[in-house]
Amino acid sequence: MAFFEMTKTAIKTLLSTPATILYPAQPAKKTPLSRGHVTIDESRCISCGTCQRKCPSQAIVISKEAKTWQIDRLRCVVCNSCVDTCPVKCLFMDTQYSSPVIARSVELIAITYVKPAKPEKKDEASA
Amino acid sequence: MTKQIIVPFGPQHPVLPEPIHLDLVLEDERVVDVIPSIGYIHRGFEKLVEKREYTEYVYIAERTCGICSFIHGATYCQGIEQIMNIDVPERAQYLRVIWSEYSRLHSHLLWLGLFADSFGFENLFMNAWRIRERILDVMEQTTGGRVIQGSCKIGGVRRDIANEKLDEMRRDLDTTEREIRDLTTVFLQDNSIKHRLRNVGRLSKEDAYHLGASGPTARGSGVAIDLRKTGYGAYGKLNFQLVTDSCGDCYGRCAVRAQELFTSIDLIRQAIQKIPDGPIDIKVSGAPNGEFFTRAEQPRGELVHYLKGNGTKFLVRSRIRTPTLTNIPPLVRMLQGCELADVPVIVLSIDPCISCTER
Repeated sequence: MAFFEMTKTAIKTLLSTPATILYPAQPAKKTPLSRGHVTIDESRCISCGTCQRKCPSQAIVISKEAKTWQIDRLRCVVCNSCVDTCPVKCLFMDTQYSSPVIARSVELIAITYVKPAKPEKKDEASA
Repeated sequence: MTKQIIVPFGPQHPVLPEPIHLDLVLEDERVVDVIPSIGYIHRGFEKLVEKREYTEYVYIAERTCGICSFIHGATYCQGIEQIMNIDVPERAQYLRVIWSEYSRLHSHLLWLGLFADSFGFENLFMNAWRIRERILDVMEQTTGGRVIQGSCKIGGVRRDIANEKLDEMRRDLDTTEREIRDLTTVFLQDNSIKHRLRNVGRLSKEDAYHLGASGPTARGSGVAIDLRKTGYGAYGKLNFQLVTDSCGDCYGRCAVRAQELFTSIDLIRQAIQKIPDGPIDIKVSGAPNGEFFTRAEQPRGELVHYLKGNGTKFLVRSRIRTPTLTNIPPLVRMLQGCELADVPVIVLSIDPCISCTER
């Protein structure tokens, strides 16, 4: 039988600083690997559509004609699958969570990538 | 004969983290029978297997449960790897053991906290969760996710842990172990806790075996079953002692979980010591053709994934049987004959995870 088993912990807790942080006054803990939200470098995206096919929650939609990349942040499960599979490495995982929203919407980003002139020359040569 | 009345318990109840409904048949304050019902959070995961490629389904399998998520993902991968005859590199197997044991630590600490809350010891609840935060920090540092790790894939793991980081984790475990020891001393020695838990919700060894109890619920009644002893993954290369308790009451189940924390810490230390260098994954091509019945030890007991493929990228059938489902019949037996005021404690003592159970 034992009494006052909690005393040691209680005294320690009393003398130490709080275990929690004063969020949002203090920023939340983040690690370099933390998965926050997906970002895109629109100047490098070649519109191949791999991210759209590999997305398990079908959050990403790519339009080759309109040259847009769109993501539904509320569908995205931040699994990092698109970032891993992107052939040109134009997708990145930001460590900050996406900001809160009050309505469901998609984020539409215009792709500014321009195909270099070199392959066109090849086409002419083959033709 | 005393008049019988039925008192509904749940699905919404302060002590229940997840919805389960129990109809308690009472005679005065004594429970004479219990009719359990589940089905409040069915999400149709098993149907989704037909709509997603087998490689993508890992993420979905992982989301079956919010606590033992890593083990769900790893068990699914294990099943697919068996169908496709994939030899997972040894380093990946060890990494899976490390993350599985960290999951177990975090699950057991979460449960100890909730259990303390169920018998009204809120301070202990906060302390358990403070230690759990350290475990979650390690999870986030190594995988990128606190609760949903997403670090398992078919043919290996998605991320490696650098050897320096492994050493740091081993050093951190010393501090964590000290803190956990302070915490479990309260659970196992404190007079008021013993008084509250002794002889509450008794389950005999025979009942535990015949009613199909699994995991700490079975081990708390003296049935020595633990799937890690079958040696799947890298468990066969690690030594550990099974924790059992002969009490069979709430205190016994609490003691088993409290002592298993140290088993997990020991397993992580051994794995860090023995982990070989080498690749962490192998390239997987083709699609699964065949069926497999794979099992693993979750923090709550035996987890079963049945998978069937027909040679296409989409599986035909996935069936998950979780330990909570098998622990419901023993729960009914525990509740028969108890006092109404003991019901919350007994229900929590099996560590119910209803989201897993219904998928």
